[in-house]
Amino acid sequence: MTTRVLVPSGVLGLGFDRKALARGVAMSPDIICIDGGSTDSGPFSLGAGQSKYSRAATKSEWRALMQARAEAGVPLVIGTAGTCGTDSTVDWMYDVTVELARELGQDLRIARLYSSQPVTRVAEALASGRVTPLPPAPEIRLDDLTNIVALAGAEQIQAALATGADIVIAGRTTDTATIAALPLSRGDAAGGVWHGAKIGECGALCSTNPTSGVIMVDFDDTGFTVEPLAEGARCTPHSVSAHMLYENSDPFRLYEPGGYLDVTGARYTALDDRRVRVEGSAWVPGPYTVKLEGARIAGYQTTILAILRNAHYARNAQAWVDRLTSFLQSEILTRMELAPEDYGLEFRLIGVNGALGVLETRSGDPVEVGVLGIITAKTQAEAAEIGKLINPFVLHYPLTDDEELPTFAFPYSPATTDRGALYEFALNHVMALDDPMSAFRIETTHIRSEVPA
Amino acid sequence: MTIGDLVLKVRSKNAGPFWVTIDVFCDRPDVFQRLSQGLATERVAVLFQVAPDQLKRFDIADLRVIKFSLPRPVVQGSAADRDMHGAQYAALLEELTID
Repeated sequence: MTTRVLVPSGVLGLGFDRKALARGVAMSPDIICIDGGSTDSGPFSLGAGQSKYSRAATKSEWRALMQARAEAGVPLVIGTAGTCGTDSTVDWMYDVTVELARELGQDLRIARLYSSQPVTRVAEALASGRVTPLPPAPEIRLDDLTNIVALAGAEQIQAALATGADIVIAGRTTDTATIAALPLSRGDAAGGVWHGAKIGECGALCSTNPTSGVIMVDFDDTGFTVEPLAEGARCTPHSVSAHMLYENSDPFRLYEPGGYLDVTGARYTALDDRRVRVEGSAWVPGPYTVKLEGARIAGYQTTILAILRNAHYARNAQAWVDRLTSFLQSEILTRMELAPEDYGLEFRLIGVNGALGVLETRSGDPVEVGVLGIITAKTQAEAAEIGKLINPFVLHYPLTDDEELPTFAFPYSPATTDRGALYEFALNHVMALDDPMSAFRIETTHIRSEVPA
Repeated sequence: MTIGDLVLKVRSKNAGPFWVTIDVFCDRPDVFQRLSQGLATERVAVLFQVAPDQLKRFDIADLRVIKFSLPRPVVQGSAADRDMHGAQYAALLEELTID
C-alpha cells in the first residue's frame, strides 16, 4: 500500500514555506509529521526540561499545521515536542495545542506519548544487565540526573495513532520514528521506510533549497519517492544520498529501536528534475533497545568579558591570562578559602583560539582579543562572589610588575553575568525492553471547542 | 595548497552529543581520487588529537565525499566545550596542506 507522508520542515520553530504546505495538503497526504527537537543545541533543554524555541514561534507554526491537519483530515504528529521531549515539554506543547484548538474552534482527540524515565526504572534495568553503554559512554551515575528520557521508535507512535488521535504530541522519539510509524503499520517495505524517514526528517534539507522546509515522501512495498514542494526546489540523487552523511557518524547504518537500517545497497534514481526514487535499502532486525538521554547540573557559572585593544596586551594575551590566573587563584584562596580544585576558572581568548582551544593550528596578529572568563562553582552565589572578586583584576592587572596599571574595555556594567546552571549530558546508553510500551505511556483527551462566531 | 583550495566544501557537525562528523565534499572525481589516496588518516588523527583507531573514515566514491567521524574532543556542552554544534572543527581540515 502506498503511504504519503507530508513533512512541513526539519523542526517546528524554524519556519517553512506556507505555499508549499498548502500544495502538500492538496496532494492528499495520509499523515503530517514534524520533529520538535534535537540534542543539537546542547544539554540545557533536557537538563531544565524546557523548550529552546519561543512559545510565540511554536504557536504560530503549530497553528498553520493544525489548520493544515483539519483541511487534510489526517493525523498530525510531532516528535520530541519542546526540543528535549521530557514530560514537561510534552505538557507545554499540549497547552499550546489546547489554546489553539479553542482559538480555531477545533474538535480534537489528542494523544500524548510520554518518554521521561523514572530513575528507579533505569536503575532496575541497569541492575539486571539491561542497560548497555555505547562508546564513548560516560560512567553511569543516576542519583543526580534532573531528567532522563528514552527515545521512542515507530511502535510507540503506532500505539498513539491507534487511539484514533487527530494529533499526537510525542515526547522524545528518534528523528525518524514519527515518519516511519504509519507506513510500517501499513506494510510498506521496512528498509525503504526507515531510509525515507531519515531522508525526510530534516524536511527540505535533502533538496537544493534547504530552507523551504516542505517535502513529501511516498512509501510503498519496494522503496520510497521524495519530492520537495517549494517552488523551484529540487531533489537530486546526489542531494538525497548526501543527506545520509548529515549528523550521522556512519553514513550507511542507522540504529533504531528493534534493528538497524543498512543503505549500502540503496539505488537513487531521478524520476524527473525534482523527484528521486530510492530502492534497495535493507532493514536488519535486532534486539529491542531504546536509547537513553540524561542530564545533570555540573555547576553554576558566572562570566566576565574584557577586550584587550592595546597592541602590547593583544600580542601577549596568553602570557597575560596565565599570570592573571595564578594571581587570582591565590587571591581566591586567601579571601574565600577556595582551592583551585574547588571551582573552575578559565579564560578563553577570542581572536586567538576561542573556538578550537588547544587544537588551533593558526596564529596571527589580532587587532584585539576578547578575554572571556568563565567561572564554574558549586552554587550560583559562590560563582557570583568569585566574579566580583576577580572583576577589578580582569580590568587592571599588569603584564609585568614594572609597568603601569592598564585598563581594558568592559562592554557593559556590571561586567559579570550570572549564567545559572551548567548542565551536562550524562548518558550514552541503550536500555533493552521486552515490550516497547513498558517504558512509555499514552494519555488521551478529547477537546470539544465551539466554533467561534 | 590546502584541502579547502581543492574541494567544494568541508562541513563538520555533531553526530549526537558524543561524536563529531566531518564531511569533505570533493565535487570532482579527480579531486576525490587525489584526497582519497593522498590524505593519510594518521594526519587527520593528529590534527584532532585522537587515537587513529578512534577515527572512522568513509571514502564514498559515488558522492565524491570523504567522511571522518570521531569521539568529540570534549563532550558537547560540557564545561570545557567551546563549540556547541561542532561546526568549526571543519576549519582545521579545510586549512590542512596537501601535496
